[in-house]
Amino acid sequence: MILRRIATLTLAAVLAAGPALAGKTLDAVRARGYVIVGVNGSLFGFGKPDEKGVWKGLDVDTGRAIAAAVFGDASKVKWVPLTAVQRFTALQSGEIDVLCRNTTRTLSRDTALGLDFVHVNYYDGQGFMVPKKLGVKSAKELDGATVCVLPGTTTEMNAADFFRKNNMAWKPVVIESTAELAKTFFSGRCDVLTSDASQLAGTRAVAPNPDGYVILPEIISKEPLAPAVRHGDEQWRDIVDYAVMAMIAAEEMGITSKNVDQMLKSKDPKVQRFLGVTPGNGKALGLDERWAYNVVKQVGNYAEVFERNVGPNTPLGLERGLNALWTDGGLMYVPPFK
Amino acid sequence: MSSTTPAETVRPPSTRLGPWGWLKVNLFSSWFNSLLTLVTVGGLAWVVPRFVRWAFWNALWYTPAEACRAGGGACWSVITKNLRFILFGFYPHPEQWRPAVAMGLLLALLWYSKERTRWSKRLVWLWLVGLPVMGLLMRGGVFGLPVVETEKWSGLPLTLLLSVFGMVAAYPLGVILALGRRSRMPAVKSLCVAYIELIRGVPLISLLFMSSVMFPLFLPEGVTVNKILRALAAIILFTAAYIAEVVRGGLQAIPRGQYEAAESLGLNYVQTMRRIVLPQALKIVIPPTVGVLVSAFKDTSLVVIIGLYEILNTTKSTLSNPQWMGFSSEAYLFLALLYFLGCFSMSSYSRRLERELTPGSAGRTR
Amino acid sequence: MTQASDAPAGATRFWNDPANRALAFQAAVLAVVFAVGWYLFHNVQANLARQNIATGFGFLGREAGFEIGESPIPYSAADTYLKALWVGVLNTLRVSFIGIVLTVILGAFVGIARLSTNWLVSKLAGAYIEVLQDVPVLLQLFFWYALFNEILPSPRQALSPLPGVYLCNRGLLLPVPEGHPAYGWAAGAFVAACVLIWAVRRWAHRRQEATGKLFPTFRVGLALLVGLPVLAWWLGGAPTALSVPHLKGFNFRGGLGLSPEFAALLLGLVLYTSAFVAEIVRAGIQSVSHGQTEAAMSLGLTPGQTLNLVILPQALRVIVPPLTSQMLNLTKNSSLAVAIGFPDFVSVANTTINQTGQAIEGVLLIMVVYLMFSLSTSAFMNWYNKRIALVER
Repeated sequence: MILRRIATLTLAAVLAAGPALAGKTLDAVRARGYVIVGVNGSLFGFGKPDEKGVWKGLDVDTGRAIAAAVFGDASKVKWVPLTAVQRFTALQSGEIDVLCRNTTRTLSRDTALGLDFVHVNYYDGQGFMVPKKLGVKSAKELDGATVCVLPGTTTEMNAADFFRKNNMAWKPVVIESTAELAKTFFSGRCDVLTSDASQLAGTRAVAPNPDGYVILPEIISKEPLAPAVRHGDEQWRDIVDYAVMAMIAAEEMGITSKNVDQMLKSKDPKVQRFLGVTPGNGKALGLDERWAYNVVKQVGNYAEVFERNVGPNTPLGLERGLNALWTDGGLMYVPPFK
Repeated sequence: MSSTTPAETVRPPSTRLGPWGWLKVNLFSSWFNSLLTLVTVGGLAWVVPRFVRWAFWNALWYTPAEACRAGGGACWSVITKNLRFILFGFYPHPEQWRPAVAMGLLLALLWYSKERTRWSKRLVWLWLVGLPVMGLLMRGGVFGLPVVETEKWSGLPLTLLLSVFGMVAAYPLGVILALGRRSRMPAVKSLCVAYIELIRGVPLISLLFMSSVMFPLFLPEGVTVNKILRALAAIILFTAAYIAEVVRGGLQAIPRGQYEAAESLGLNYVQTMRRIVLPQALKIVIPPTVGVLVSAFKDTSLVVIIGLYEILNTTKSTLSNPQWMGFSSEAYLFLALLYFLGCFSMSSYSRRLERELTPGSAGRTR
Repeated sequence: MTQASDAPAGATRFWNDPANRALAFQAAVLAVVFAVGWYLFHNVQANLARQNIATGFGFLGREAGFEIGESPIPYSAADTYLKALWVGVLNTLRVSFIGIVLTVILGAFVGIARLSTNWLVSKLAGAYIEVLQDVPVLLQLFFWYALFNEILPSPRQALSPLPGVYLCNRGLLLPVPEGHPAYGWAAGAFVAACVLIWAVRRWAHRRQEATGKLFPTFRVGLALLVGLPVLAWWLGGAPTALSVPHLKGFNFRGGLGLSPEFAALLLGLVLYTSAFVAEIVRAGIQSVSHGQTEAAMSLGLTPGQTLNLVILPQALRVIVPPLTSQMLNLTKNSSLAVAIGFPDFVSVANTTINQTGQAIEGVLLIMVVYLMFSLSTSAFMNWYNKRIALVER
C-alpha cells in the first residue's frame, strides 16, 4: 500500500515534469521552444547575472549563439546555474541541452563521463594569485603555502601535480562555490588562490582592493575551456560546434554585428556561403540557412564577445593572447564553412 | 463567615517570600550557590554591556557599507540594505509583493489553525485550497500575473515552501509507514522496516546528493524533474521515516483491548485504524511529532549544499558580495533569530497542546 | 466464479479468507516494488550505456590526484581513491569521537545546571538549551567559520595567549611533545591499566558478594590509570622535549595544529548537540524519584555511594538510549563539514564524484559508510539494553 503510494507519487512527479524528449535533441529543443544551457552562475565575465538579473558572460554569449542558430532568436534560452559537482550529471540526465560552464576538455571527461566537447571557446591556463603584501614573485616560492582551490576540478589536480613536481609542501582549503572561495581567500584564510588565469582576473576584479593582489607569472597547465553536449547525438553536437565556430569564422572574415547586413551583399563566395546567401550550410546542419547570420547579428563575432565580457576594457582586463585568431598569433582556427 | 469569630481563624503560614527571601532561597541558599551566583553575575556583567554596546549602542542600522567599515559597532545595514534579496532572492523585483502576500496568507492560516476548536473538515479544506492558491500566486500565469518560473523562487518563500510541503506530505506517508511496520504481513513489514532503518541510518545530505546528482539518471531519457521538487522529495522521504518511528511509539501505546473491541464490533482494518486506533495514537504523539517537524524546518537549510537559494543561501550570496564581506556575524545572527522564532513558536505551541491534551491537567479540555 | 460457488456451504470463500487476502496483497506490493525497482534500474542501465559513462568501482584503485587538507595518516595526491576515502572516514571518525566526548561532558554539565536550585544558573542553562536547539546546525557552522575567518589575524600577526600557543586564521597551534618511543610505552601502559581495572572490578565485586567487604575500586583504578602510564614514561627515559610551533615561510611549522574548519565544525556540532543532551540528562535525573535518594540515605549509604549505586544505574537506563541516538545524530551531522571545507568522508566522496563523474557509486558509498556507523551503534544499543534491562518479576 505504502509502496504503491510511493510509486504513484513518483509517477505523478514524472508526469508533471513536462514533455519527454523524443530521441533527437534538436527536435526536443524545437518542440520546447528554447535551449536549456548549464552555466556557472557566479563567475564574473563567463556566466553570472548582473544586478538586474540579466545573464552576462562569454559562456552566456556562447549559449545565446546556439539559440540564435537554432531559433533565429538569441533570447530563447533558459539558464541553469550549476555547481561543479552537478554539471556533468545535469548534462548526462538531459536536464540541460548543452553545458557552457568554463569546463576543461580532458581525456577522461571525453570518455568516461559520456560527454562530447565541441570547439574551444576560451584557451585558458592555471595560475596563482597572492596578496601583494606577502612579497611573493614566483610560484616556485610557494613552499608551505595554504592554497584555496575549488574541489573536484582539473585545477585541484594540476595544483597537486605542480607542488608534487617541484617537491613543495602545501595545504589545500577546498570550498565548492566560486564566490565563497574568493571570500575565504580575501579574508586571509589562504595565502594563495589558484584557478584558471581568467577566473583569477575575474576574482581580482571584484576584490575589495584589487590592487592588493598580484597574479603570479607562471601558468602551470593547459585549460581548453569548451562547451559540451551529451555523447551520442551527432547532429546536435555539430550544431553546437558550428555555432561556436561561426563566431570565430565571422571574425576571420571581418563580419561584425554592425556590418553583417552590408556583408549580405558581399561578392565573396566564402562570405555568401557563410551567411546563407548561397544556401547549403543550413540544410546540412538541419537549421535555417540564415543561422550564421543570426548568430553574428544577435550575438556578434568572437572579437566582439571577447571584448564585451573579458577584454581590456572590462574589469577583467584580459588580453587576447592564446585566444587571438591564428592569423594574429593565437590558437583560434576553424575549418572552412563549406 | 459569620458563624466563626475572627479570633479563631488561624492564618496559614505565609508562602510569600518577599524579594529578600526569594533571593536567599533561589540564589544564596548555600555557600556554593552564593559563589555560583556571584561568578555568573560577574560573567554576565562582563558580557552583556559589551554585547549591548556592539549590537545596539554603536550599531549602524541603515548605512552604506563604507560607513560600516568605519564604525565600530554591529553593521545591521548588511541586512536592511539587502533585505529584499535576502528575503526574496532572484524573484523578479516588481513582482515581489506576490511571495509577500503568499507568506502573509500562510501565516494567517497558521494563526487561524491554532485553536483546537477550529480543527474540523472545514479547516482541512481551507488548507487544501489555501496552499495551491499560494503556489498559484507565486507561479503566476492567471489573472494577468506574469509567470515566474520556479527556478527563480528563492529566499524565505522557498524555505517555507520546502518546510510546509515537506511536512504536509511527510506526515501521511510516515503514518502509513508506521502502520506497515506494525503490520502482520511479513513482506509489508520487512519492506517498511528496511525503508525506515535505511533512511534513518544515513544523513539527509546523502539523500539530497542523491536527488541532485543521482536521481536524474534514474529517469528515462529526456524526462527531467524540477530541482526544487527533487529536493522536496528528498526532504519528504527523510522526514517520513522519522515520523513513522514517532507514530509507531503511539501505536504501541494503544492497549490491545482497543483493537479487540474494534474487531468484536466487526470493524475492518481500515475502520479500526481510522476510527479507533489512529485518533488516539496520533494524539499521544503530538509532542514528539512537533519535534520531528521542528527538525524538518531546520533541515531545509541543508539544501544550501546542493545549490538551492533558500534563505541561508541568499544570505551567503549577499555576504560574498565584496562590498559586504566581513559582516557575517550580523547576518547570521539575524537568520538565527528568524529560525529561533519559527522553532520556538512551534515547540511552545506543542507544549500548550500537550498541556491541553493531558487529562486532569489545568487545560481547558472538553 | 463457478469454483467459488461450488464451495461447500459454511466455508468462507477464497477471497474472504483473510490469510489469502493478506497473501495476495503482499504479492501485489512486492510486485509493485520490484516493478518500480526494475524500471529505475533499467533506466540507469540504458542511460549509462547510451552515453558511454563509466560504471563500477574500478576507480577506487586509480590515483586520486588531489590533495587533502588534513589527514591523520600520511596521504599524498599520488595515493589511490580508496585511500583518499579512507582518510575521509578517519576524519569523520576523529571529529565525531572528539565531538561526542565533549558533547557528553558539556551536555551533562548544562543538564545538571538546569536542575540547579540556583535560579540564575538554572535559567541560563534553560536559555542555552532553548536557543541552541532552535538554530539550524548548518547556520551555526557557518557562523563559527565566518567568525574565525573574520576576526582572527594572519599568521604573521598571530595572537599568542600563552608561550608556544598561537591563534591565527590558520587555526590554533599548540606545542606537543616531540615524538619518542616512551610515549608508545605510556599508551601501552594506559591500555594495560584499563584491562587491570576491569579485572580488579570483577575481583572486588566477587569478594563483596562473598564476604561483604568493600574495596576502594575507584581510588585504586584512578591510581592505576594515572600511575602506570607515568611510570612507563619515566622508565622510557622521561623525555621532555616539546615540538613548539614556529613561523616559517607562510605558515607555522611544528606543534599540533587545529584548523579553523575543524574547530568550527567541532564547536558547532558540540554546542548544538549538547543542548539536546542536556535535556536528556535532565529528564534522566528527574526520572529517579526523590524517595530513592532518601531510602539510600536512610540505609546509611554515603552520598557518593547513593549516586553510584542507586541513582546513576536508574538514570542511565533512561539516559543511554536517547543519548546514543544523539551521538549518532552528531556523527551524521558531521557530514555538513562539506559546507565549510573540512575534508570529512562526504567531502572527499563529493570530490571523487566530481573527478570520476560516477555519481551513483559515490552516493552509494556515502550511504553504505553511514549505514555501517548506524548499524554498529544500534548493535551496541541492543547489547547495552539487554545488559541493563530490568529483570521484572
